[in-house]
Amino acid sequence: MQKKMECSLPDEVLEHVFSFIRSDKDRNAASVVCKSWYEIERWCRRRLFIGNCYAVSPRMVIRRFPEVRSIELKGKPHFADYNWVPDGWGGYVLPWIVEMVGAYPWLEEIRLKRMVVTDECLELIAKSFKNFKVLVLFSCEGFSTDGLAAIAASCKNLRELDLQESDVDDLGGHWLSHFPETYTSLVSLNISCLGSDEVSLSALERLVGRCTNLRTLRLNRAVPLDKIAYILRRAPQLVDFGTGTYSADLQTDVFSSLAGAFYSCKELRSLSGFWDVVPAYLPAIYPVCSRLTSLNLSYAAIQSPDLIKLLRHCPSLQRLLVLDYIEDSGLEALSSSCMDLQELRVFPSDPFGVERNVSLTEQGLVSVCLACPKLQSVLYFCRQMSNAALVTIAQNRPNLTRFRLCIMEPRTADYLTLEPLDVGFGAIVEHCKDLRRLSLSGLLTDRVFEYIGRYAKKLEMLSVAFAGESDLGLHYVLSGCESLRKLEVRDSPFGDKALLANSAKLETMRSLWMSSCSVSFGTCKLLGQKMPRLNVEVIDESGPPDSRPDICPVDKLYIYRSVAGPRFDMPPFVWTMDEDYALRDS
Amino acid sequence: MDGGLVLLGGGSGGNGGGGGSSGVSTTESAVLSKVEVVSEACSYPAETELELGLGLSLGSGGSSTGKTKAANSSWGECGRILTAKDFPSVVSQRTNNGGPSSVAVSGTKRAAESVSHDSGSPTGVSQVVGWPPIRAYRMNSLVNQAKAQRGDEGDSGIGEKDKPKDALKKKLNYNGKQTSSATVNEKGYLGFVKVNMDGIPIGRKVDLNAHSSYESLAQALEDMFLRSANSLEKEPLTMASKLLDGSSEFVLTYEDKEGDWMLVGDVPWRMFVRSVRRLRIMRTSEANGLAPRFNESNDRQRSKPI
Repeated sequence: MQKKMECSLPDEVLEHVFSFIRSDKDRNAASVVCKSWYEIERWCRRRLFIGNCYAVSPRMVIRRFPEVRSIELKGKPHFADYNWVPDGWGGYVLPWIVEMVGAYPWLEEIRLKRMVVTDECLELIAKSFKNFKVLVLFSCEGFSTDGLAAIAASCKNLRELDLQESDVDDLGGHWLSHFPETYTSLVSLNISCLGSDEVSLSALERLVGRCTNLRTLRLNRAVPLDKIAYILRRAPQLVDFGTGTYSADLQTDVFSSLAGAFYSCKELRSLSGFWDVVPAYLPAIYPVCSRLTSLNLSYAAIQSPDLIKLLRHCPSLQRLLVLDYIEDSGLEALSSSCMDLQELRVFPSDPFGVERNVSLTEQGLVSVCLACPKLQSVLYFCRQMSNAALVTIAQNRPNLTRFRLCIMEPRTADYLTLEPLDVGFGAIVEHCKDLRRLSLSGLLTDRVFEYIGRYAKKLEMLSVAFAGESDLGLHYVLSGCESLRKLEVRDSPFGDKALLANSAKLETMRSLWMSSCSVSFGTCKLLGQKMPRLNVEVIDESGPPDSRPDICPVDKLYIYRSVAGPRFDMPPFVWTMDEDYALRDS
Repeated sequence: MDGGLVLLGGGSGGNGGGGGSSGVSTTESAVLSKVEVVSEACSYPAETELELGLGLSLGSGGSSTGKTKAANSSWGECGRILTAKDFPSVVSQRTNNGGPSSVAVSGTKRAAESVSHDSGSPTGVSQVVGWPPIRAYRMNSLVNQAKAQRGDEGDSGIGEKDKPKDALKKKLNYNGKQTSSATVNEKGYLGFVKVNMDGIPIGRKVDLNAHSSYESLAQALEDMFLRSANSLEKEPLTMASKLLDGSSEFVLTYEDKEGDWMLVGDVPWRMFVRSVRRLRIMRTSEANGLAPRFNESNDRQRSKPI
C-alpha cells in the first residue's frame, strides 16, 4: 500500500487539478488528505474567506497561504448593523493591510464586511497593490472620500468599487475626478451610500462615458433625476442600475427623455435607489420592467396602487425589496404577477410608530408563499402573526432556506389564539429541511427551541430576541443544531447552565452573541479559563465587570473561536476572559 | 485624574482604563467572598460539571426543569432580566394580546444601570432600545428623507403638534392619520450621530435618543473619549471641566444640516437634536470664530429657549 501511495502525480498536475476546486470546504478537505497535498494546496490557494477577522492572525494566514490574490474578511458581530455593538468595539483592518502589503504584492481583491477602514488603509492599498482590481466595503466605516480619491488616482486596473451601506465621511464629490482620464476599466461602481449633497456630476458623466465595460452603477441621492437620462444614454450596456433621488417636478420632456433612456438599456436586469420617489415618474421604467429580475424599492415611499401597477409589468422578477406600503393587497398582486419570485423583503415604513399605519398583515406573506413556488428567502416585518399562517407557509414552501420574521412588538402572541408562536415556527423548521437562516420573533417559550434543536439540522444562523423561558431553550439549540455556526441572542433568559454544558459546541461555531441575557460574570470567567481556543469577551459600558459580584449577569457577551488568542485592540469597555484575566492589571 | 472624569457605576475613582491597580485587590477579595457565600444558594456550576458537560447532554439532574426560579433568587442582589411576569399590571392596549401569559411587554429600557445595579423599576419608556432591528444604514436613510422633508419647514422651534400638514407625517403615516407617534418616530429615527475628536483618528457614534439634555450628552462624550483616549495612550487629556462651559481645553461643536459648524449649547435641546448632523470635539484654540457665540453669519430666526 505504502509503495502504491508513493507513485503519486507530479506536483504540477495536482496543482492543476486543485485549481478546479473552488469551494473553501473542498479545498480544506483536500488539504488534510496528506502532507504533500497540504503543501501543494496551500501554495496554490488564491482566494481566502475569513468569517471572523479575529479568529486568526494575519501572520498565520500569510504563513500558510503565501500566494493569495483575493481575500474576504468580516469584522464586527452581525448585531452591529443595528447599533447594538458599542462603537469602538473593534474590527480594524489596518493590521491586515499592513501585513498583506509585504506578503501579497499581487493582491487583486479585498472584500470587507463590518470592518473599520481608515483613509490610511485605503492609501496603503492604493500605492501597494499594483494589480488591484476589486474593493468591496460592505457596511464598513472609518474612511472618507479622501481615501477613495487615493484609490481612484492610483488603481489603474480597478474593476470594482462597491461601498454598499458603508458609513463614509463624505467630504464632497471631487474624489471622482481623481480617476485619470486614461482610466477605463471600471465594471462596477456602487456609491449609493455617499451622503453629501454634492457629487461631481461632470466627473461622473465622463467616467461613465469612457468606461465602456461598466455593468453596475449605483448612484447616490445627490444625483438628480434629470441627470439619469444622460448617464443611461452613455451606458446602455448597464445590467444593474441604482438611481439617485427619483424626484422632480413632473415635466413631460424630462419624463420622455428618461423613458427613452431606460428603453435603450436592453441589458438592464436590476434596479434600485428611488429615494424620495415621485410616483408619476415610475412609469418611465416600464420599458425595462419585463426583463427585470431584481428590484429594490425599499427606500421608496410608493403606495400600494402604484406598486401593483408597476409589479404587473415585472413578470420575470426574482428578487423584491419593498416597504410595507405594499400592503396585503400589493403582495396579493405580486403573487399573481411574479411567479419566479425567489426572494422577498418587506421593511417597515414606520418602525417606531405606536399604531399601525399600513394594512400589512401575515396574509400578505401567506399569499406570496402560497403562490410563488420558487420562493426561498424571506425577510418580513409585520405587526401580527398566527401559528396557522406559519404552518401554512411551512407546508407550502418547504424549499425556504432563509426565513426572518420580525413582529415589531416584542413577545407578541398569536393574535387569533393568544398562544405562543412555538408551533408555527416549529412547523417552519420541521418542513423546511434546508433552512439555513432563521430569525425568530413574537411570544416564544422553550418549546420552539426544542423544535429547532430537533429539526433544524441544516440551520447555520439563528437570531433570537425576547424569547424563551429558561436555559433549556439555549441548551436545545446548542445540543441539537448540528450545522449551527452563528447564534445571536438578545433579551432572553438564557444563562450559565446551558452555556457550560455545551461549551464544546462553541468551538464548532464561528461565534455566539448574547446581550441582556442571564449569563453571569463568573461563568464567563470560567469559560475563558477552560476553553483556550475560545475568546470570551465581556462588553460592558458601565464599568469593569469585576466591580460587581460574579453572579451578576454581564451586559453583552461575545464568544468566538480563535487560533490567534485574545486580541489586543479592545476598547476599555471590552474584557477578554482568559487564564490571565484575574491576574492581569485590567 | 480628577475633575470632570466620572465613571459610571464603578465609583472607585480609578483611571478610565478600568480600575487602578490599587483598587483591584480589595474588590477581588470582596468578590471572592461573595461568590463563596452564594455558591450554595444558586446553581453556580462547579468545575466538575463543566467536564461532564463536554459531550454529555444537560439531561437529568432536575436542574433543567428548574427554569429560572432558582437562578432568580440568586440574582436578587444584582438584578435580572425583567420579563412579562414582572409586570402583571401592564396590559397592552393592542387587541392582539390577551391573558397574562401573553401580555406583550412594551419593553423595558435596557440601560445597564437600571437593571444590573439595582433591580429597580423600569424607566417606563414605551420603546425597547434598539428594536425593531433596522440596519443603521436604513435608519439613517429614513432620517435623511424625513429631514429633507422637514428641511424648509424652519427651525422655528414649533413642536410637531403644530404642523398637521407635516410632510414627514404624510410620508410615514400613509393613511394620513394624525397619530401621536410623530414624536416617537422622531425619537426613533434620530439615533446615532458621528463624533470625532481632534487628535483621535477613529470616530465614534453617540445615540442622541439616549439623552435629553446637553449635560447628559457632554457627560457621555467625556466618558467615551476620555476613557478611549487613555487606552490608546494618547497624551493625557485634562478635561478638567466639562465641554460645555468653555473652560476645558476642548469644546463641543456640531455641524447642522446646512453645513455650518456651531458651538453646542446655544439653542434649545430639541432644536439642536433636529438640526444636528454630526459632532466634533474641537480644540478650543481652533474654535475661535465659530458662528453661534458670535452669531454673525446667520440671520436665521432663533427662538428663545423654551
